[in-house]
Amino acid sequence: MKGRSISPVALVLVALALVPLLTASNVVLNFLVQMLLVALVAQGWNVLGGYGGQYSFGHAAFFGTGAYVSAILQMRYGVNAWVAFALGVAGGAVVGAAIGALTFRSGLRGSYFALVTLAFAEVFRILASVAPITGAGVGILVTLDLRPQAFQFQSRAPFYWIILALVATSIMIVQMIGRSRFGAWLVAVRESEDAAKAVGINPARVKLAAMTISAAMTAAGGAFYLQYFLFIDSGIAYGPWISIEALLAPIVGGVGTVCGPLLGALVVKTLGEVTKHVVGDAPGLDLVIYGGVLIVIVAFAPNGISGLLSHLRLHIMRLRSSAAERSHG
Amino acid sequence: MLSPTILVPAVLNGLLTGAVYALVALGLTLIYGVLHIINFAHGALLTAALFAAFFMHQLFGLDPYVATIALTPAFFVVGYALQRFVIGPAAHGEDRNILLVTLGLAVMIENGLLYAFRADTRTVNLDYAFAVVDVGVALLAVPRVIAFGVVLVVALVLWIILSFTDTGKAMRAVAKQKLGAELSGIDVAHIYAVTFGLGTACLAIAACLLIPTYYVNPHVGNAFVLIAFTIVVLGGMGSVAGSLLGGLFVGVVESLSGLYLGESLGQIGIFVMFILVLLFRPSGLFGERA
Repeated sequence: MKGRSISPVALVLVALALVPLLTASNVVLNFLVQMLLVALVAQGWNVLGGYGGQYSFGHAAFFGTGAYVSAILQMRYGVNAWVAFALGVAGGAVVGAAIGALTFRSGLRGSYFALVTLAFAEVFRILASVAPITGAGVGILVTLDLRPQAFQFQSRAPFYWIILALVATSIMIVQMIGRSRFGAWLVAVRESEDAAKAVGINPARVKLAAMTISAAMTAAGGAFYLQYFLFIDSGIAYGPWISIEALLAPIVGGVGTVCGPLLGALVVKTLGEVTKHVVGDAPGLDLVIYGGVLIVIVAFAPNGISGLLSHLRLHIMRLRSSAAERSHG
Repeated sequence: MLSPTILVPAVLNGLLTGAVYALVALGLTLIYGVLHIINFAHGALLTAALFAAFFMHQLFGLDPYVATIALTPAFFVVGYALQRFVIGPAAHGEDRNILLVTLGLAVMIENGLLYAFRADTRTVNLDYAFAVVDVGVALLAVPRVIAFGVVLVVALVLWIILSFTDTGKAMRAVAKQKLGAELSGIDVAHIYAVTFGLGTACLAIAACLLIPTYYVNPHVGNAFVLIAFTIVVLGGMGSVAGSLLGGLFVGVVESLSGLYLGESLGQIGIFVMFILVLLFRPSGLFGERA
């Protein structure tokens, strides 16, 4: 059972890894890099939201921290880009742990948790838009230095393989969490905190650990974004757009499943791209579609696309077995 | 620095601003009190109402105060329909789903407006926009004094509806005990939708009060909604009197922190207060119990 659940994902990842060998098209690679970036950020959201049941509306707080920590270290302190990337991830984890410690200690859950995460992301956005160290309203531009040592590359393929490796790592981590004792605790807390407490689980500590891992993954997305685009400002790094994409992809793909975020990111990004081609690149239109998709999925497919797929598989199996019975009889 | 000639006008202006905040929060707290959901589309609906008030003036030359008469029932219908035909059916009665559906609505409305009207900031030009009244210790803008008065009237009307009408009594019954209310023959889906409609109607009034001295762009509602969340939490979720007091309080805090910290840091004052209240007193400063 365990082996069967990973192999299709592994196949998809291997197939994705071969793409740059088949095409040198920048359009294709650029699309896939951005899709995988969303998949990574969304996988981070999924750890906390999907497995832990804590719906964050402010994952931008971690995305932005990853990006800003890395940018500030590189541009203000001359730190190597790879080291800055790692420290950006660590910075995101620290912020996640700090916010988690505050909110879970106060027992905030449900709507209150969504509200407080949203507020933290907004506080960071406003601070980043006025503080001199973040470049205030101007943002931070990373100096062009197209060498692998500087985490910058001539072509898009190396970026593509790096983000694919990050997504693969995140999937492996989530797979491991799903099979571990910690994962079982997390799901127990999601289903009922009181019941989890009764069997000796400390919900606040379990949620805190989940939030730290979640924040680290999302921060990796932010730090990668910086290397890929070489520019961030407060609206990009801490803006609500990333918080929305982070939760939209897992919900579309299937909340609390290993490959839901990747599947969701692929669907959502493809949808966005198709809209752009049909109606032209108008500001706001892609988000209108995303909002509509969110409502439709919640209304008609609460378990996302993976829920629909397993439903379909079950249906086909039933049809087959009844057909087999009929042919025997 | 604490000279009364600066302080007193700042406090008075804070109270006037706070009244409009209170009205926005009143809609939010009403919906929370009865439906027990946080309406994340509240800010986007306020933006929509501001656009409506703007175009009523631009296209038909309607004075914003006159436009209230048309927009209030119109937004009641919009809110009623949203809850009855979108949020209610889509959410399947699960809190998490309601969060997501209202977030989806917010994203759609806000970006739909962005798509239709671009990011431009618009204002209406009214000859009384800069009129002031001298109250001895300070000069106060006439439109904001009017807004203050209207908010008090609206709060009174809401209180009368909740206390004395059958619908209001049904709303309070549903808020207290949904199942019990349903068993005694109350149409819960209808009451939910009426509540959502009333909450949205509050936004139409707030928009008409704001537009003479404020501006509108597709993101303008966001600033208000986080303030409104703060007020709702501060005043105790679901408490009408609490959000009125909370609104006035936040208005004064904003005015004073803006005076001493500058405008963009003044905004942070509100968020910090919001987070602190959520963390340490989620039942609110004036609320009885969460």
